Amino acid sequence: MPPPRIYKTAAIVLRQINLGEADKIITLYTPNLGKVRAVAKGIRRARSRLSGHLETLNHCMLVLARGRNLDVIDQGQTVHGFSSLKENLWLTGCAIYAADLVDSFTGENIENPPLFDLLLNTLSRFEEGQSPELNRHYFELHLLRCLGYRPQLRSCPGCRALLKPVTNYFSAGAGGVLCPNCHLSVSSARPVSSGALRALLLLERSEYGAVGNLKLLPEVSREVEGVIRGYLSYLLEGEARSVRFLDRLRRDGLSGSA
Amino acid sequence: MGTGFVSTAAPVSRLMEELQQLPGVGPKTAARLAYFLLRAPEAQARALAEAIVDIKEKIVLCSQCQNITESDPCPVCQNPARDHSRVCVVAEPLDILALERTGRYKGLYHVLHGLISPLEGIGPDQLKIKDLMARLNVGGVQELVLATNPNLEGDATAMYLHRMVTPLGLRVTRLARGLPVGGDLEYADEVTLGRALDGRQEM
Repeated sequence: MPPPRIYKTAAIVLRQINLGEADKIITLYTPNLGKVRAVAKGIRRARSRLSGHLETLNHCMLVLARGRNLDVIDQGQTVHGFSSLKENLWLTGCAIYAADLVDSFTGENIENPPLFDLLLNTLSRFEEGQSPELNRHYFELHLLRCLGYRPQLRSCPGCRALLKPVTNYFSAGAGGVLCPNCHLSVSSARPVSSGALRALLLLERSEYGAVGNLKLLPEVSREVEGVIRGYLSYLLEGEARSVRFLDRLRRDGLSGSA
Repeated sequence: MGTGFVSTAAPVSRLMEELQQLPGVGPKTAARLAYFLLRAPEAQARALAEAIVDIKEKIVLCSQCQNITESDPCPVCQNPARDHSRVCVVAEPLDILALERTGRYKGLYHVLHGLISPLEGIGPDQLKIKDLMARLNVGGVQELVLATNPNLEGDATAMYLHRMVTPLGLRVTRLARGLPVGGDLEYADEVTLGRALDGRQEM
């Protein structure tokens, strides 16, 4: 039997680009179909019945029709629009960053239900006012885990020895934290204090509920940020574009949650 | 010529190559347009050529509002009948035309030439935000009307501008959002309908 011509799916809107006069190509992330790019016809007209439902970062329920090239979005209904998140500039920036990472790291039509859940939960936590920093790092580490890029944080990828609570060295190329001995043979490794390593491990190994109240010291937070950022840009062969926006907001002193 | 390839006269193929640079124009369309112009009266072809040269030679950005204009400052910024204490921020020059068609707005404009879009790597520096801040710092403006599109990029831009101008202590307003004329309640999304309820008015 051929696959059905029309199908229904939940989705989170990752991004959209204009197409022709009034259409858009919408990039969606779905639980069972992975990333899907679909056409929304006439969505740029003020009277479009779909436009409000397909706003970026919305969680929605869609009916799509299979097209020759791209599928076409036929009906849409918002499940949750994250409107209070979108009223906050910093949280909007963080949420766009999360969507950008999912878009950058995934190929089309590769299903990954845990990643969908992770993204949805992350957006919800941003909206609930959980610590944006912690939530962001939790998301980054668990995204890597969902995609099979989980960094090795417990034992040294060089000599397999368990890492000791001293200053160790993170190497993106080695895919984890090297012990003080092994790091000498690697050119670009960044030092990681034992406190930062503990924080990374805790964030990576736990459910969010167990780490949600974690308070990171500013210097530990900076280290964690540096390690994850270095690893992500190594894997993506460049920084995600939305990172620059977060940097900019920080520079303008707009990184608060107000 | 050993290739056996018959090429068109050089001026025609040059025109075809230039036409192909335009969006949506492929080799076949370019050839059709080129041959149309070849057969067209000289006056028509000259008018087109002059119109193209003119947009490059005569159009500048207004030093005040950054709109595209023939004279700097533009007629809107020069017009003493307009309310110079009010500045409406829009993303594109075309948005001004849309607002002017309403006939309801008598203030000045400021064109950003885009919206903040973190996903496309467009930040505040790629837009005419510095020019807006300089203009507001001079003083005389009492209200800033943010008329960016009601979507994620437009909202992000509006929030960014709001945070940046807060220290200046002027009135900052945002276009209302709600149901479009001829719309249908049944199909409205929760955000639009919610805003429409919030902004309901006494009859």
